[in-house]
Amino acid sequence: MSSLEQMYQQVIMDHAKSRHGAGLVQLDLPAVGESHQVNTTCGDEVTLRVGLDGDTVSSVRWEGQGCSISQASISALTELVEGHSIEESEEVYEAFRALMGNRGEDLGDDRDDMLGDAGAFVGVGKYPARIKCALLGWMALRDAIAHAQAAGVEGETHG
Amino acid sequence: MLPDLRDDFPLLARSVRNGKSLAYLDSGATAQRPHAVLNAMDEFDRLHNGAVARGAHLLAEEATEAFEGARGSVARLVNAASPEEIVWTSNATAALNLVANGIGNASAGQGGAASSLFRVGPGDSIVVTQAEHHANLIPWQQLAARTGATLRWIEVDDLGRHRLEQLGSVIDETTKVVAFTHASNVTGVVSDVAAFVARAREVGALTVLDACQSVPHIPVDVQALGVDFAAFSGHKMLGPTGIGALWGRKSLLDVLPPSVFGGGAIMTVTLEETTWHPAPTRFEAGTQPVTQAVGMGAAAEYLMALGMEDVAEHERRIARIIREGVSEIPGVRLLGPVGDAHDVLGIATVAVDGVHTHDVGQVLDDLGVAVRVGHHCAQPLHKRFGVTGSTRASAHVYTTEEDAERFLAGLASVREFFGVPA
Repeated sequence: MSSLEQMYQQVIMDHAKSRHGAGLVQLDLPAVGESHQVNTTCGDEVTLRVGLDGDTVSSVRWEGQGCSISQASISALTELVEGHSIEESEEVYEAFRALMGNRGEDLGDDRDDMLGDAGAFVGVGKYPARIKCALLGWMALRDAIAHAQAAGVEGETHG
Repeated sequence: MLPDLRDDFPLLARSVRNGKSLAYLDSGATAQRPHAVLNAMDEFDRLHNGAVARGAHLLAEEATEAFEGARGSVARLVNAASPEEIVWTSNATAALNLVANGIGNASAGQGGAASSLFRVGPGDSIVVTQAEHHANLIPWQQLAARTGATLRWIEVDDLGRHRLEQLGSVIDETTKVVAFTHASNVTGVVSDVAAFVARAREVGALTVLDACQSVPHIPVDVQALGVDFAAFSGHKMLGPTGIGALWGRKSLLDVLPPSVFGGGAIMTVTLEETTWHPAPTRFEAGTQPVTQAVGMGAAAEYLMALGMEDVAEHERRIARIIREGVSEIPGVRLLGPVGDAHDVLGIATVAVDGVHTHDVGQVLDDLGVAVRVGHHCAQPLHKRFGVTGSTRASAHVYTTEEDAERFLAGLASVREFFGVPA
């Protein structure tokens, strides 16, 4: 498999086409947060909305435009974190970031399993210029969760 | 006609991904450097380095001679009236900022009556165009914000050519500055400079030309163009990074207030005040990038030895192959005039239907073809074309027909790779 084929694995191509969580809808959840992120080198952008139910990431919805790597990465992360705790999503993020910094190699431990479809992005690590693309959605997710948490606290105070 | 010059450029001999030879089509972003430039800088560093215009020793003399000699070379390349009309800057962006900030300082009263011709303020207008690189847009936005002047722009048509019929209305008696590109870094379209200059003169406005994409590729005669200032960079004209130049009419440069202050630029300094040297020294405060200036001078000599008419003809030939070739690939849209156009440089920028520019660039990179992806620091122009990014192939003196063919073959394979229906 060439480096190019390793980067654009079928799993990634599929996620880029059928985007999980695509479409920004109103979320009827106790705490909702939103984040808008832009990749300044290419102008790619994503708006991602997260709904929390307690410590659980109940719903992730987004819309964006960008390259297949950025779009597929958001789709894969949506699948990975929905229904999981904030703490788990943070662990997956740390694993994904480690994978991006691993120069095209699997991590070689149980984090590879944790990453699921996101493990297919391993090839991106060989192309430093594209790591930002793969991380764009994750930046939005973490920021949106922080906003949702803040909104949740405010809701409790005022409620 | 140019000979095959690839051997002059050592970098072009290296291999890239998968051991493939390099088809370098990103010269519009930065060009490669010939032995002549590399050697000139190396020789300067090894034999002649000294403090320019300061020491009393032999090395200082030799360094000063090399520094000023380079200025002379660059002056000849663009047919400046004298070397004193060339100001060294760190790059073209700095050159454009030098003019905008100088005007800003004059508007705040610096330079007194002698600099009053530069003053802009509320009620005045500054005119740019929709085709500008951000470097020739943002400094003017900032100047307008600082002085209370209004920023206006000339639009482009569907092919990226300026809508010259707007010159008469957008540029009016309130206009103090008209800043426009000589050639678009996206479409390659060469502006009708004469039309801009004629209208600007009618209303007494200064003209500032972004010549980054023209000076390295076509004959540029700043006196014949009739503009007041022109900015260009070293690294796009086969020279090094870290150096650029501002050309300006001596009479204007001598009264444009400086905006970077320090040693070397001054006539006399007391604790209360300072008087500045005439141009170009007034703008060259602090130790200058001397090695880089020597490199830019050597690049100017290299281009002049090739002959700018032949350089332009060579790149037109490459452009013809690329522009006609992309027009035949399904799902690929050329930004700018399609086919062989007389007023377009060796640049072809495309949007591929259904495939993001980063993905296009990645496939080409895998084939050893280096192109630029993204918005090329020209977001307003991309917006005008209804796209957020594009893929650009740009030629230089060393670009071969084979490079062009490899780009076309790679581009033709992109949509299939990503499974976009034909």
